[in-house]
Amino acid sequence: MAFKTITTTCVPLPVENIDTDQIIPARFLKATSREGFGENLFRDWRYLPGDVPNPDFVLNNRKYSGETLVAGKNFGCGSSREHAAWALADYGFRVVVSSFFADIFYNNALNNNLLPVQVSEEVLQRLFGLIENDPATALTVDLENQVLEVPAAGLRVGFDINPYKKACLINGYDDIDYILSRREAIAAYEQLSAH
Amino acid sequence: MEATQPRTLFDKIWDAHVVERKEGYPDLLYIDRHFIHEVTSPQAFDGLRQRSLPVFRPRQTVATADHNVPTVNQHLPISDHLSAFQVAKLGENCRDFGVELYGLGHHKQGIVHVIGPELGITQPGMTIVCGDSHTSTHGAFGTIAFGIGTSQVEQVLATLLQYRPKTMKIEVNGSLAPGVTAKDIILYIISRISAAGGTGYFVEYAGSAIRALSMEARMTICNMSIEMGARGGLIAPDETTFAYVRGREFAPEGEAWEAALAAWRQLPGDPGAKFDAELHFDAADIEPMITYGTNPGMGIGVTRPIPAVAAQSNEQEMSKALAYMGLEPQQSLLGKKIDYVFIGSCTNSRIEDLRQVAGFVKGRKKAPDVNVWIVPGSRQVEAQARAEGLDQVFLEAGFQLRQPGCSACLGMNEDKVPAGLYCVSTSNRNFEGRQGPGARTFLASPLTAAAAAVTGRIVDVREML
Ligand code: SF4
Repeated sequence: MAFKTITTTCVPLPVENIDTDQIIPARFLKATSREGFGENLFRDWRYLPGDVPNPDFVLNNRKYSGETLVAGKNFGCGSSREHAAWALADYGFRVVVSSFFADIFYNNALNNNLLPVQVSEEVLQRLFGLIENDPATALTVDLENQVLEVPAAGLRVGFDINPYKKACLINGYDDIDYILSRREAIAAYEQLSAH
Repeated sequence: MEATQPRTLFDKIWDAHVVERKEGYPDLLYIDRHFIHEVTSPQAFDGLRQRSLPVFRPRQTVATADHNVPTVNQHLPISDHLSAFQVAKLGENCRDFGVELYGLGHHKQGIVHVIGPELGITQPGMTIVCGDSHTSTHGAFGTIAFGIGTSQVEQVLATLLQYRPKTMKIEVNGSLAPGVTAKDIILYIISRISAAGGTGYFVEYAGSAIRALSMEARMTICNMSIEMGARGGLIAPDETTFAYVRGREFAPEGEAWEAALAAWRQLPGDPGAKFDAELHFDAADIEPMITYGTNPGMGIGVTRPIPAVAAQSNEQEMSKALAYMGLEPQQSLLGKKIDYVFIGSCTNSRIEDLRQVAGFVKGRKKAPDVNVWIVPGSRQVEAQARAEGLDQVFLEAGFQLRQPGCSACLGMNEDKVPAGLYCVSTSNRNFEGRQGPGARTFLASPLTAAAAAVTGRIVDVREML
């Protein structure tokens, strides 16, 4: 799926240090497929004992929806489980905005077509404020130009991304597609090094 | 790369495997060998199916079942449903994709990082990956070997996209005192630089103390590179390396051997080659080591007291760790009663480890209240131990010789240490709950573990030699 510009409403989660155990608890890692993890995204925050949806958790609040998750600083810390990125993407998120991402999560997200956008703490707090005031606030992420915007509020900031990963997202290919496109180079290498 | 510029061992292997280098892109790195196991591979095989892709070079790929297998009655069906399913799935995937599988019951089965070297699949100058962080073990042969995530397992058709890490040289010079082993060297280094001290680096171990080690001891060192946060570790190949590889099942033979040998001799770093960081240690400073906390950096010489705060740690982290372990700052561990001893894992489950333990316990008996598990790293290690009569020594000492697998290293099968109890373990991680919920782990060498088994306590093994 090619990723260019996306405009959506946001789900705010103003909590810092959200670790991968919160995103997807360990007991749900037993599956041998990548699908279905969205069902258990934030499981222990989302459901009260007895599998009753927790009315206080944002994913159960009808006011908020959208393909962008806006979360507190140091998002995705803890274990390296790729299942955390799978769960967010499977749930339907395409962008996560935070003021800092844990390293491994950041890369796992990029490998799964989920765009992590790092902004300053100030911008993050402003976003939380805007979304709280108006849950219909539309946020635009323009990957090509590396810009995050809330036009209605006159907010416009740039963000960084590795050029290779950017190309992957924009062209809708991943590392494997890229490697396959380099097959001739690989074959030539094998010839040369007598593998 | 200027041909005239002196290069490290790492530089030479890396450069030789770069298929393509482009500005702003990670290097396209050719991978010579890919090891697969049951836990991190199912989603990767599914990914290939969805894209209708084959495994690009099945003959460079080898699979085994190790993480989730029982270590008793391996001839019977696995009773845990999930484990049984994962192991069955691995069999199905290997069949469908034409990957060689040394599954449960196969005479070559074992922990992935034990079988690669023992079969001669691991050879100097190679690039090797596996969906397991302790892939660094293979670096002992002068290879670039590292662990990868599930997406990357799928990615390794024949190549991998990788950013080049920084390099660090760790030199250990001088000679080790009797009773001090390779495990003590690596636990010592990690205790000095912390569990994060190698983050972002690929480490080359060098110096006379490293050169003097056997291949199995070198594997123990490289194995734990990841425990200091490094991507991997490696040691320049030398005559010890070549003698170990020669004649193994998948090692080159005849003319091919001569050609390989000539190439391998070119691998060691050039004089004057630059590293991004260098550290030096003196082997004479190293005592038998033991960890007291919940990361491998929290270690001390066995005669020393627990420090108030570990290197690169803080009081909060220390008190959390010590509370979990039921220990106090400034406490000495000597004489501490223990409940379990686990001798195994990809760090210390090879034949030399078992010989060393048997040599020590011969004529001795385990302490009455201690459970001792010896879990060989592979079927071949197990067979060799039996052929040498080590099984008899263990039997007479009251030790249980079990069947190969990861076992109590990660407690994914039934081999778990009960909550609150203490285990002296030759494995590599003492994280909270690693050996079972609430289990308390002391990492140590096989010799120190054997001494604990015999006395039921943490002791200075040097006094019993
Ligand atoms: S023995 Fe332990 S560290 Fe080694 S591969 Fe198995 S689980 Fe990982």
